[in-house]
Amino acid sequence: MNAVSLKPALDMHAEAGSENSAPKAGSASSAPEAATPVAANELLPEKPPLAPVMREPAAAEKPLYVRTPVPDWLIRAIAMALGLALFVAFWSILAKGGRLPTPLETWRSAVQVFGDPFYRKGPNDQGIGWNVLASLGRVGIGFGMAALIGIPLGFALGRFRFLSDMAAPVISLLRPVSPLAWLPIGLLVFKAANPAAIYVIFISSIWPMIINTAVGVRQIPQDYMNVAKVLKLSEWKVFSKILFPATLPYMMTGVRLSIGVAWLVIVAAEMLTGGVGIGFWVWDEWNNLNVPHIIIAIFTVGIVGLALEQLLILAARRFSYE
Amino acid sequence: MNKYLSIDDVGMVFETKKGPFTALKDINLEIKEGEFVSLIGHSGCGKSTLLNLVTGLLKPTAGAMILAGREISGPGPDRGVVFQNHSLLPWLTCLENVYLAVERVFAAKESKADMKRRAEEALKLVHLEHALHKYPHEISGGMKQRVGIARALSMEPKVLLMDEPFGALDALTRAHLQDELTRIVAATDGGPGRTVIMVTHDVDEAVLLSDRVVMMTNGPAATIGEILHVDLPRPRDRLALAHHPRYMELRAAVLQFLYQKQMKVAA
Repeated sequence: MNAVSLKPALDMHAEAGSENSAPKAGSASSAPEAATPVAANELLPEKPPLAPVMREPAAAEKPLYVRTPVPDWLIRAIAMALGLALFVAFWSILAKGGRLPTPLETWRSAVQVFGDPFYRKGPNDQGIGWNVLASLGRVGIGFGMAALIGIPLGFALGRFRFLSDMAAPVISLLRPVSPLAWLPIGLLVFKAANPAAIYVIFISSIWPMIINTAVGVRQIPQDYMNVAKVLKLSEWKVFSKILFPATLPYMMTGVRLSIGVAWLVIVAAEMLTGGVGIGFWVWDEWNNLNVPHIIIAIFTVGIVGLALEQLLILAARRFSYE
Repeated sequence: MNKYLSIDDVGMVFETKKGPFTALKDINLEIKEGEFVSLIGHSGCGKSTLLNLVTGLLKPTAGAMILAGREISGPGPDRGVVFQNHSLLPWLTCLENVYLAVERVFAAKESKADMKRRAEEALKLVHLEHALHKYPHEISGGMKQRVGIARALSMEPKVLLMDEPFGALDALTRAHLQDELTRIVAATDGGPGRTVIMVTHDVDEAVLLSDRVVMMTNGPAATIGEILHVDLPRPRDRLALAHHPRYMELRAAVLQFLYQKQMKVAA
């Protein structure tokens, strides 16, 4: 009984919340209790048909045995806050050793850094905003080119067994290579740091897109391909109406992994190539022995990476069809 | 006899890891225009294989098939196929699913508006005019199967091929769709969908719907065992037939074939 009575309480809670912000006449008449802003647990005893147990007079005053429903998001938020607090506490303890800046010091420094993110004092001294944008630009170009080549290639490999067998040894050989191992080749070919960094992004982020797209094409249920065969659809129709939509979720996974790799690699690549960029900034601050700035950079890299990932998850949800 | 579809000495041998496997052997069947034929047999007897041969998804290793004067050499839109698991594309609405088939057949001759009308007509025929813009996951299994039928019929095929079309549905929905199918086939008399081959393992379904029931022997090397002419008058009514002596006889004949002559040992 308890479990049964909890469910409507949760519903009521949700409804009451939405009604408060936008009271509507129609729904208010159908659920008059919901329109008034009352806490869900106070409301429960007045809903006789839902929970007959609560009609006992003793329980009507204060139903002790009904647990107040704690919303799921609240528990999650508390857990997250607790995790972050633990992290900061651990950091503070580590900082007691004197080598690391304390969280508070870092915070003060961050306020300063982000107070003026877009200043320019010569090529090697620019605001963090410029550095992040420069890195994002490189990632954008490198990753964009990887997508332009990797996704169609993935389709081709998924569709034609022969091509896939042809590509398999090369892909298996090159995929596990550390991204930075490509940098000398890039420097050699392009004779400049910036295109070499972009090229490293390209080569390290192309694999997940090729592989996931190819797997997606191969995973298409035979039923759909039978439809294509029975209708004798043209190759273009097969692609646009069956292959592409069926593969899209896999492709989006590949894109997400690729963006992750690209953002991971850019910091390392920029440390080596220099110029403007968050990776270079980290290295520069290390040379200046400005440790709070290094920590700020780490957080910035993390937050930007998280934002990119969330953006793509959102995009992927838009494209899912079930 | 007016041969519309003829299957001559067709055999099918699959190459497997354990060597060749003869699925079908010496299949001879002639189907008249406008006939409703059921293929019935125990599971694994190759009835779906035979249908896939007519569909063109498989190529026979022996014999030939001729549909309306032309040899069947591969799949094509002159045969409307209804799959057991509906096989609708989940990212297209019901209308778009049907339109894809219509477009394939009529794009050369008709305007987009005409083709859209055709797709709508087909869905109307299966009583789904209210679900034109719904996606497959938003409708019930029975409705999905109706969209599948509408898609197959919309191409105005020479023959409608159905592979256990109602096998995945519950008994009540199945009965309802069987009645619908009878109505649809009657409604398109002289039009598309009048010639039907249906694979089934449901004895009542076979007798209720068919002009002839083709009973297949057990595999390997399955072939046609007996052919039963269902001489019940149309339109057939499910309730009236339930106590019809002729219906009982026919039903008993199929059951006898399946459970006495072709008793499956390890079923």
